[in-house]
Amino acid sequence: MKALMFGWEFPPHILGGLGTASYGLTRGMSLQPDMDITFVIPRPWGDEDQSFLRIIGANSIPVPGRGCIEFSGRYPDNLLEEIGNYEAVARELAWREPCDIIHAHDWLTYPAGIAVKQMTGKPLVIHVHATDFDRSRGNVNPTVFAIEKRGMDEADHIMCVSNLTRQTVIEKYGQDPGKVSTVHNAVEPLANRDRFVKHERKDKIVTFLGRITMQKGPEYFVEAAARVLAKTDGVRFVMAGSGDMMEKMIDLVAQRGIADKFHFPGFMRGEEVQTILADSDVYIMPSVSEPFGISPLEAMQVGCPTIISHQSGCAEILSHAVKIDYWDIDAMADAIYAIVKYPAMYASLHKLGEEEVNTIRWYDAGLKVRKVYDQVITHRR
Amino acid sequence: MTNICFCFQMHVPYRLKRYRFFDIGNDHYYYDDLATEELVQHVATTSYIPLCQTVKEMIKLSKGKFRCAFAVSGATIDLFRQFAPELIDLLQDLNQTDAVEWVAAPFAYSLASEYNKAEWTEQMNRHAQTIKELFNKQPAIIWNTEMLYSDDIAGYAQELGYKGVMTEGAKHIISWQSTGHLYASAVAPKMRVLVRNAQLSDELAFRFSDPTWTAFPMDAEKYADILQQQDEQEIINLWVGAETFGIRQTQATGIFDFLKALPYYVLEREMGFITPSDAIKRLTATETLSVPYPITWAGEAKDLSTFNGNDLQQEALTKLYAVAERVRLCPSKRLKADWINLQDISHLHYMGHQDSGISPYDSPYDAFINYMNVLSDFLQLVDEQYPSSIDNEELNSLLRTIANQEEEINRLKQQLSKTKKTKTK
Repeated sequence: MKALMFGWEFPPHILGGLGTASYGLTRGMSLQPDMDITFVIPRPWGDEDQSFLRIIGANSIPVPGRGCIEFSGRYPDNLLEEIGNYEAVARELAWREPCDIIHAHDWLTYPAGIAVKQMTGKPLVIHVHATDFDRSRGNVNPTVFAIEKRGMDEADHIMCVSNLTRQTVIEKYGQDPGKVSTVHNAVEPLANRDRFVKHERKDKIVTFLGRITMQKGPEYFVEAAARVLAKTDGVRFVMAGSGDMMEKMIDLVAQRGIADKFHFPGFMRGEEVQTILADSDVYIMPSVSEPFGISPLEAMQVGCPTIISHQSGCAEILSHAVKIDYWDIDAMADAIYAIVKYPAMYASLHKLGEEEVNTIRWYDAGLKVRKVYDQVITHRR
Repeated sequence: MTNICFCFQMHVPYRLKRYRFFDIGNDHYYYDDLATEELVQHVATTSYIPLCQTVKEMIKLSKGKFRCAFAVSGATIDLFRQFAPELIDLLQDLNQTDAVEWVAAPFAYSLASEYNKAEWTEQMNRHAQTIKELFNKQPAIIWNTEMLYSDDIAGYAQELGYKGVMTEGAKHIISWQSTGHLYASAVAPKMRVLVRNAQLSDELAFRFSDPTWTAFPMDAEKYADILQQQDEQEIINLWVGAETFGIRQTQATGIFDFLKALPYYVLEREMGFITPSDAIKRLTATETLSVPYPITWAGEAKDLSTFNGNDLQQEALTKLYAVAERVRLCPSKRLKADWINLQDISHLHYMGHQDSGISPYDSPYDAFINYMNVLSDFLQLVDEQYPSSIDNEELNSLLRTIANQEEEINRLKQQLSKTKKTKTK
């Protein structure tokens, strides 16, 4: 089985969850003995791990009349132009890279996937890691929506990272439920888990970690923090990361008069993430709309009790995490209070959460994807 | 002759309201009365009332030959009084027939026997008193919470003057022995132990309407045949939650008609019905039963792990029973009422990680958070009565003095009389 995949990010140079998921999924799938994956990204950096798949850079494939095209590999202002160029490269690859199935990750690569499908007649599956409804809290960009919708219409099958996203795809993009399935994300096992330890300290630490944007619901975290602090001493709140709402959040923290207990350490990278999670007493992700959300799983891997919103896809597969509605700041404050005040709450989430997350494997997600491939291919014949 | 012993157990918990941590210290009312009323009414109208009516009819039709027992906790009786008084009337009607036995249970459907013996004793006495007031009968047999039983409990029961204890026919206890006999406790030889026939009881409760059950569809005649075919059983103890009738098995499954028809077929096959007290009078215990570790009728393991098996449950129980002595000292009726409600086993059920299917909460964590917030407020109130600054040790010595005062008085009296005697000499 030869799969030609189109993606936008691949570790170690990643900007969001898409890259992490692309890596985990392909690695999990590569454990199937007859699976052969070619992964196209706009711009490789050369230090990607190619031990289990082959990576092709779109910037290294000459296009007739234009030669090799430069890609930023990020999300630049002329993103639509890059998407178009990526599609042009895909047309070249259609001939060079024969495959059994085409697999496109997120809207940026849908046009490329469609192009190859049209030229080769091979089936196309698309993987929805997010929709514009998640990114924009309902304020969709019509151009993006059109690209997403066309990708879904043209796809032979649509895989979504959660039932939540599946529902969006069915309801907002008018897709036939029979053609849309859910393949929940997983998490890579953590190497050297022992390196990440919790240090004894006087104050309990409650951590928010991620882009400080509307989608992640940072303001609800601040409000919940204010409620906890009104009643309790010995708790500190951390909002790690950066984003367009950061200044607004700093203002809000000052307005609530909790700036002495609320900290903004900035963007964290690499192992800093695990280090701060392992050292926290609570990790919280109050996302307003999260197609999946891999970071709670990363927190659980280092034994950090986790609070997530019901509006996060990962809530569908986790039992040992506290779930609240993102807008329910009373419930959020209550959950934070319980974890820092009732030892059994911490102990239980710490121990059982880590056990649970270690059973969520990319290999199993890969098997589900493979089942979809097999179905789609048989169906075409 | 084979004797069939039916016992129906009734229990409804008081629902806690959503209680946030910022309510601690501000709000001392913990209950959702509306939800509780709704629950009690629902259980009463769909299950308990039709069950009692059916039993009443069975007794009438069999001219008193159908006999059975009911186990109802005191806290549940209080809830009936408050939210379903018609059910109390019906229970009193049943009592008039003299074909019904009321067995003793802890007043709160609690784990007191495991965590605080003095509390358990008080609850047993209070329940016996409630039964006495309501039915003018003295209970003689114990159905401890969730059939919780061990050798220790046999000892406690003997101290309180009970004649027998009902418990689960847990496979690891019964092993090659049969649930069809009356046993004597291995540590308290006067104490009789009745053992539930778990298989027949559970099949009735859980599989009556299950089309994959080999015996499906079940009718009264067929069931009477099955009962008759049990080898060498002096007694078949069919003990189930009363909600089996009408809720677990809905009225549409025909469970009430099944029950109503059963006495006819059973009596036709020359088997009889008895209550636990009848059994103890009529049957002899030829063997002893030793239960060194507590057993219950819950879960696969039939032990306490359903209620105290995880960290959440353990913390809740430890914090709760740590103040048992203080609450008993306390004169406040309101605090004592809360104390009873907070001990209800349902709270621990909701904190279990295995899905009980009965929880009003999103998750065990959600249940724990709410319970612990309520408990924190309750503990603060207790603390206001008996500050923890006084220290358990000091309080304990105080308590000990009180507990021992009678002994002390007797000792001094003896001393006094001795001195008097020596003087007169």
